[in-house]
Amino acid sequence: MSESLIKVENLTLQFKTDEGLITAVDDVSFEIAPGEVMGLVGESGSGKSVTAKSLMKLNPGNAVYSPESKITLSTDGRDIEVLSLNTASDLKVVRGGAISMIFQEPMASFAPAITIGDHMVEQLLLHTDLNKKGAADLSVEMLERVGISEAGKRFNQYAFELSGGMRQRAMIAMALSTKPKLLIADEPTTALDVTIQAQVLELMKELVAEFGMGIIFITHDLGVVAQTVDKVAVMYLGRLVEQGPVREVLHHPAHPYTQGLMDALPKLEDLDAPLTPVAGDIPSPLERPNGCVFHTRCPKYIAGRCDAAEPKPFGVFTDHNVSCFVAEDQGARVA
Amino acid sequence: MSDHPLISTEDLSVSFPLGKSLFGPQQYIHAVAKITLQIPRGSFFGLVGESGSGKTTFGRALLKAVPISNGHVEYNDDEVDYNLEHLTKAELKDYRKRAQLIFQDPYAALSPRMTVRDIIAEPLELMELTSSREETDEKVREIAAKCRLNLEHLRRFPHAFSGGQRQRISIARALVSTPKFVVADESVAALDVSIQADVLNLLKELQRELGLTYLFISHDLSVVAHVCDQVAVMYLGRLVETAPTRELFAGPKHPYTRALLSAIPSLDPDHVSKAQKLEGEIPSPASPPPGCKFHTRCPFAIDICKTDEPVQEHVTESHTISCHRWKELDYSDAAE
Repeated sequence: MSESLIKVENLTLQFKTDEGLITAVDDVSFEIAPGEVMGLVGESGSGKSVTAKSLMKLNPGNAVYSPESKITLSTDGRDIEVLSLNTASDLKVVRGGAISMIFQEPMASFAPAITIGDHMVEQLLLHTDLNKKGAADLSVEMLERVGISEAGKRFNQYAFELSGGMRQRAMIAMALSTKPKLLIADEPTTALDVTIQAQVLELMKELVAEFGMGIIFITHDLGVVAQTVDKVAVMYLGRLVEQGPVREVLHHPAHPYTQGLMDALPKLEDLDAPLTPVAGDIPSPLERPNGCVFHTRCPKYIAGRCDAAEPKPFGVFTDHNVSCFVAEDQGARVA
Repeated sequence: MSDHPLISTEDLSVSFPLGKSLFGPQQYIHAVAKITLQIPRGSFFGLVGESGSGKTTFGRALLKAVPISNGHVEYNDDEVDYNLEHLTKAELKDYRKRAQLIFQDPYAALSPRMTVRDIIAEPLELMELTSSREETDEKVREIAAKCRLNLEHLRRFPHAFSGGQRQRISIARALVSTPKFVVADESVAALDVSIQADVLNLLKELQRELGLTYLFISHDLSVVAHVCDQVAVMYLGRLVETAPTRELFAGPKHPYTRALLSAIPSLDPDHVSKAQKLEGEIPSPASPPPGCKFHTRCPFAIDICKTDEPVQEHVTESHTISCHRWKELDYSDAAE
């Protein structure tokens, strides 16, 4: 058994559509250790959510995984090859069992005609040996644990009766009640106000410490990344262009795309800094550029090189890898 | 430039009736209550607050898109001087041309069945601002070019465009009637950071070029800090503090403003905010607490805050605050 909780190797995923095969994820590799929080950042359409959903094989039927793709989940002393699981009953070990997911819009994730409590009990009956009474007790306890007051009353309420922050807490309580090994949080605080966001982030940090699970935190907010994750991976057009420890990547971004994202971000520390957008638009997934996928928008683009070959991950510092020829030419950073 | 503000409100209130009850008096939601505020001409005026604070309703009231329940709003651009609570039909029609709105979601705001040209031209046609199709086309092309839209794209439908391009189309549509005052309601909230930067730069550019005054409604304080020159903070329908941007961000006086600023996640992983976190959530506007609306979450609340509503006071001429205790509160220990 390997030390990592989940290991993704050479994940490539294409969608069959009427207009042809669309590459959504292209040769992505990363791993997460138990208790580690990884941030996955990138613009809309960069493939962050699709990558995360692959871990549970949750993508729609027209998704085609390349033969080299491999996802290994190590739990309870055994390794599970997620992509080789096919039936829904086999996948139960992963979906909601070892891995839980929190979605962006909590209103859309709860069925409007089913109470919060029934949602929570249903999944506990599916994934644990608890009986109905035990599941209900645990659910109320979890609701209390995430800071929902009058948990017993909330248990019998519907999603629309809860405020946005409370709904997201209930979602977290539900995701954690099955004691998952890995939690996928897809933009969990994007729809929330900053003061509520601060509360939810605080709560998630406490819960990681308590339950020791790994988290994949999908977000486009680099401020949230800075405050919550241990390591960060940056995606662009399905490619993982840079990954490393959070301090490394935010203090010394090595890929021109990561640098571009930082320059476009309004910073409170420096109000005079101009906001510089990344030039151009993200290309259509049907017209993926050759070579480095970012070369069409890259300010440091080297003609004849960046559009000819795909850069391989290059170590610029301990655990900090960048797929870029320019960064490669500059060589590793000396501490 | 003359020194009177473009928009000034005095005790502006907007209330909506709640569902009728058979007994007892009619209940109201006071979405906006007693707001006194000046928006200087040519300013990029920011309005921030959590969801449910009434910022959208306030913006709509200034556009006369919701009825004004109480108080005054004056609009004065030197050509006309309107009292928004008493507009004649003709004046309202004229005001629609002078004050416009840019929406939040560029995916929902554009009709999928209309070409980009028709979307941008519609306000001109509805308001009968042009006399011929040629003149309309001319104006559409002019504003499209200013908004950096490719003129070749005018014949296409919105589905062919990315979020950033769609937002530029929405902006062109809002500006085609040559307004003086534009309310931008969360206009960059749905966009990625890079596109957000692009749209913000465009708004700034257009402001310089066309002499616009913006009311920029946003929940993103770092964006507001960057683009706005004045900021007003709302909480539960009340104006809690307003000040020039830098003054507000350097030294917020209201406990709510402080809490709001300290909740912004810092880009530096080693910088952990020391300021207090707010407990709980914003109360429902249908049953607001008595006294200062913020006292249920305020760490500094004392007895008077629970019973008396604070009045708006001036810290400096351009910095106002509504808090009983602002003079005695000292944040210097938390400011490091």
